[in-house]
Amino acid sequence: MPKRTDIKTILLIGSGPIVIGQACEFDYSGTQACKSLREEGYRVVLVNSNPATIMTDPMMADKVYLKPLTRETIKEICAIEKPDAVLPTMGGQTALNLARDLNHEGFWEKNNIQIIGVDIDAIDITEDRHQFRELMDSIGIEQCRSRIAKSMLDAKEIVEELGGFPVVIRPSFTMGGAGGGIIWNKDEFERKVLRGLELSPVHEILLEESIVGWKEYELELLRDSNDNVVIICSIENFDPMGVHTGDSLTVAPTQTLTDKQYQLLRDAAIKMMRSIGTFAGGCNVQFAMEPGTDRLVAIEINPRVSRSSALASKATGYPIAKIASKLAVGYNLDELNNQITGNTSACFEPSLDYVVVKVPRFNFDKFPGVDEELTTQMKAVGEVMSIGRNFPEALNKAWQSLEIGRGGLGADGYEEIDRKSVRERLLKPYWDRSLQIRNALKLGASVEEIHDITKVDPWFLEQISYMVSLENKTEGLTLDNISKEDLYEIKQAGFSDVQIAHLLSKSGTKVTEHDVRSKRLDIGLKPVFKLVDTCAGEFPAQTPYYYSSYEDENESVITDRKKLMILGSGPNRIGQGIEFDYSCVHAVLAAKEMGYETIMVNCNPETVSTDFDVADKLYFEPVYWERVWDIFEHEKPEGVLLQVGGQTALKLAKRFYDAGVTIFGTDFQKMDLAEDRGKFTELLLKLDIPFPRFGLALTVEQAINVANKVEYPVLVRPSYVLGGQGMRIAIKEEELQEYVQAVMRTHPENEILVDHYLENAIEVDVDSIYDGEQLHISGIMQHLEPAGVHSGDSTAVLPPYSLSEEVLETIRDYQHRIAKAMEIKGFINVQYAVKEGVVYVLEANPRATRTIPFIAKATGRPESAIGVKVMLGAKLSEFDLSSSLKHYAIKEPVFPFDKFPEVKKELGPEMKSTGESIYFLENFEDEHFRKPYEFKNLYLSR
Amino acid sequence: MSDPTLKPAILALSDGTVVKGKSFGKVGTTGGELCFNTSMTGYQEIATDPSYYGQLMMMTYPHIGNYGVSARDDEARQVMIAGLIVRSYSRQFSNTMADSDLHSYLERHGIVGITGVDTRRIVRHIRQQGVMNAVISSEILNEDELVEKAKSWPSMVGLELATKVTRKEAQTLPAENSEFKVAVIDYGVKQNILNNFLQRGCTLRVYPAKTDFSEIESWNPDAFFFSNGPGDPNPMDYALDTVSKAKATRKPLFGICLGHQLMSMSEGLRVHKMFVGHRGANHPVKNLRIGTVEITTQNHGFSVDPDSVDEKIARISHRNLNDGTLEGLEFLNFDGFSVQYHPEASPGPHDSAYLFDQFVERIRKSKEKTTA
Repeated sequence: MPKRTDIKTILLIGSGPIVIGQACEFDYSGTQACKSLREEGYRVVLVNSNPATIMTDPMMADKVYLKPLTRETIKEICAIEKPDAVLPTMGGQTALNLARDLNHEGFWEKNNIQIIGVDIDAIDITEDRHQFRELMDSIGIEQCRSRIAKSMLDAKEIVEELGGFPVVIRPSFTMGGAGGGIIWNKDEFERKVLRGLELSPVHEILLEESIVGWKEYELELLRDSNDNVVIICSIENFDPMGVHTGDSLTVAPTQTLTDKQYQLLRDAAIKMMRSIGTFAGGCNVQFAMEPGTDRLVAIEINPRVSRSSALASKATGYPIAKIASKLAVGYNLDELNNQITGNTSACFEPSLDYVVVKVPRFNFDKFPGVDEELTTQMKAVGEVMSIGRNFPEALNKAWQSLEIGRGGLGADGYEEIDRKSVRERLLKPYWDRSLQIRNALKLGASVEEIHDITKVDPWFLEQISYMVSLENKTEGLTLDNISKEDLYEIKQAGFSDVQIAHLLSKSGTKVTEHDVRSKRLDIGLKPVFKLVDTCAGEFPAQTPYYYSSYEDENESVITDRKKLMILGSGPNRIGQGIEFDYSCVHAVLAAKEMGYETIMVNCNPETVSTDFDVADKLYFEPVYWERVWDIFEHEKPEGVLLQVGGQTALKLAKRFYDAGVTIFGTDFQKMDLAEDRGKFTELLLKLDIPFPRFGLALTVEQAINVANKVEYPVLVRPSYVLGGQGMRIAIKEEELQEYVQAVMRTHPENEILVDHYLENAIEVDVDSIYDGEQLHISGIMQHLEPAGVHSGDSTAVLPPYSLSEEVLETIRDYQHRIAKAMEIKGFINVQYAVKEGVVYVLEANPRATRTIPFIAKATGRPESAIGVKVMLGAKLSEFDLSSSLKHYAIKEPVFPFDKFPEVKKELGPEMKSTGESIYFLENFEDEHFRKPYEFKNLYLSR
Repeated sequence: MSDPTLKPAILALSDGTVVKGKSFGKVGTTGGELCFNTSMTGYQEIATDPSYYGQLMMMTYPHIGNYGVSARDDEARQVMIAGLIVRSYSRQFSNTMADSDLHSYLERHGIVGITGVDTRRIVRHIRQQGVMNAVISSEILNEDELVEKAKSWPSMVGLELATKVTRKEAQTLPAENSEFKVAVIDYGVKQNILNNFLQRGCTLRVYPAKTDFSEIESWNPDAFFFSNGPGDPNPMDYALDTVSKAKATRKPLFGICLGHQLMSMSEGLRVHKMFVGHRGANHPVKNLRIGTVEITTQNHGFSVDPDSVDEKIARISHRNLNDGTLEGLEFLNFDGFSVQYHPEASPGPHDSAYLFDQFVERIRKSKEKTTA
């Protein structure tokens, strides 16, 4: 059936601020949906409160509402826009729940608005454990034995029935599996059951037979209204059942299933999807399989675009959200083209000729006291995806992508390993399980032994064992005697030059990363770039989506256009999230407009920047020096753009500078000036701008001396970090000592900064763009919370609500003088503290910041694009710099404390929020201002 | 995963392309038409599919051998491919139901394999240059010699291979709750086709390819099935004779793959060799009668020319959505239908299993008619 003509306007609901379990994958899906629907001529009305999304850009939808995702908002919007249909499957559980709530009220029906992309009544079944079970029974799909409990008494009975502990607990209708987990014994029973009953909005929990240790699989499906179903991707979890799939290391496609077993999954998934009503769209099904048998049980079904769909899209090249949107408006799969090949059908199942590994990224370091054990409740804040021609290559690349300083899966001189701690660490699932398995194998443990403890499938263990055998072989060699064959083999397994240098150094002579690189280039070992094409090479492909590998044939053809390389921001984490992907995407678009061929390098599958139709060329690779440099040498662009990808890209600036590469925008040395506290202070002194007294220290003793000089309280932190990582406030010597020691442990190579902390000062955050002549103040934001709470965690108001014109004038003046003195070309952010009328400069950041998208949305000005164009040589006078902001915009942070019940809510210099929403204020009576204002001092802690 | 005990091996294509790798399976020399399969699972079913007889099979999925081999996954009693080409052979396998690793299995069946090949490069090469012959050797390491061997390897065009893989003697396979009798003409029939019939209450008698039709008829079957198989159908006059005689009985006929081509040729349609064949488990085929799409397993290098289809002779029932090739026919002058793809899957999706049901329904109707 072709597209529907009975609908004209479609309401699309976003997913709101980034939280654990619901991250920027829904910007990817929403953005694709907008593009896909508008392509068909529909009028798209979008609602989302997350300002840092591409989907909420004015160019993406016909009408964008930056409003809280509440029933009231939706009703207001519908009254104005009169949509004919609502598409609630692109905004995660948030959008779906909202649509369901309104459905229960009868709102959609009353207003004659059709729900498309999902059978909303069927959702109630999938979300209700009991009904779901009955449905699965009726279609002959097996499930784990389980029962619903509505009280503590029920729960006790059920545990008896299931044969005692351990049992799995799953509260009904909670997001990201909140409150879910395993109850191992009687001691945990009451606490976990009570919490589950409380968290569930309908106060019921499911208690289930434990299938911990079974193999876990996921399938991503698409279905059209003619009931055609295709499987887009199969995913196998490295971590067996017991760990939330969002927290698991996963691999695509499945590696350890025979065809007969895989077809069991496929048949069951299709049956399940067809059982949940009639709808056209995407769906995700999760299964567990008992090792050694074909016993298959269904875990759950999500009839919407999910985190896994984003991963599956990036893993296969198949644009799931885009196609799902087209299906929702009536198209059948066989009427659509595969956009990757251009001329084959979208109604097919992608075939991969590479291995994809996803590794989640955690932020436990930000939450002291947090329980790090992985359970059925998601704890990861982001993820990386990597592509290799074999599993070892993909796994090593994934570890390079994580940006936790690792050169790969171990073998990089990072840690000493000891038998006891490795064994302890393997007994329960932790975030670094793959690394601990490598450590255990390195210490001589056997595959059988590790399988017994972890239940990780032996095939994966054998692969890691092979990686360890390569390590062991290389350790006996030197740079001179390693053969080309051996070097080729270890490169094919994804080892970085850093790892190889470390291994070769074991023979006595220190070998550097540079030595290894020179050696391999001398003997002609450089990576080739292969295409992700959905069809394993069977058909020619049109889209330039590449990954590196060490093989014979390179497929990435270099054009003669002028090129620019943009480094993405890597995995989402607290302090560096979607805001930077937002700027990366705008950088790509702006550079395209300036006539550049854009080359994007990134490894985060949840992002818009890694969509194949954003940059001219996409390299899905770690933002890791060796990988980035390989691409650079292959493409030979005019230069690199580093100031939009957050700290990830900036960290590589020095290496580009040393290599003589053009870095667009502000000079490297000037950028470095902002990071070098000594030089920056000299600059401020020269400009006669006040700053808090501070000093630098390398030892505890030095830190104490500095603190005595600048006076307590003091702010302690390592230099060169983002998101206030490791930053603390000390009010006395003992605390200082403790904090400095902690910093020295986590950042052994960084200097330690000790600043005098301005108590009860007002913090002001100013973003601006400077073109060498003119300064454009993008926005001055006043924080509600006192200085000392990280700017990312603060409630910020644009423009300031209580600063005098005199103070504002001083700020503007300082900003201009600093920009000029630093010879800024592009973005410059300065943070100030205002105390007793005096304006102090706290720090300067010569890059696109987290708040750029917020300001862009508040003012209607494309700040990222303007900044990037200025970096590439445009003048501010070429742009319309007027603002559409009538009153005030407020940025409201969102915290993950509900996911970590054992951690106390405290705010300080170290950032803890995962995302933010925007809200437009007309006056200060609004509770969005009143509430945070009332609590502004409450959570400040050291 | 490389293993230091593996010997070097060479893959040489008839156009002079040479790739070095490591040997697995039997140490030796082999040759044939080089084809690739994009199915991500099912290497064992593929290796034992008689339709691949005499071909060098290259798997596009890089890790092969992961789950070992198991007797329940064999499609025939022997390995049919002439050689196996992979990117990364996994000697260590994980599957408690497996009998052995793939290497030992191939060795036992005398099949030469090569691992460590940039298979994607070779796929792209074939896609652009068209299908060609090649040799793999782990005993001759002289590249020129191997290229010469590849050049002189007999072409698949005009090659009759069904008699090489067919049964030597007719065999009866009784179904539980047997309702019908189906005569299967074995040109290299896959085990799972037989299973599909048996599960549907069809007792089978499977005949060698060149069985005289009178012998088949004397068993008094309710229907005839023409199986899949290797090689070029054009030189198979003996088979056309069988098809024609079967048609004359007015009983239902069903053909898969080679059987489909033979049924088509018996009605005067043309079969030609494709530039690159279809081999994989993800090919979309549209059922033109009801408009739905099935994801199918395919394995063919020859194809029925849709331009040769006369609307008085047959109606095209199925088409490939990717390249529009003819995938199925409903014959108008006799009670028969046929498909180019593999509804028995194995490996691959089960979307098309309904075709077996349809055949059984036809047999039922046909019997009702004759008894009425």
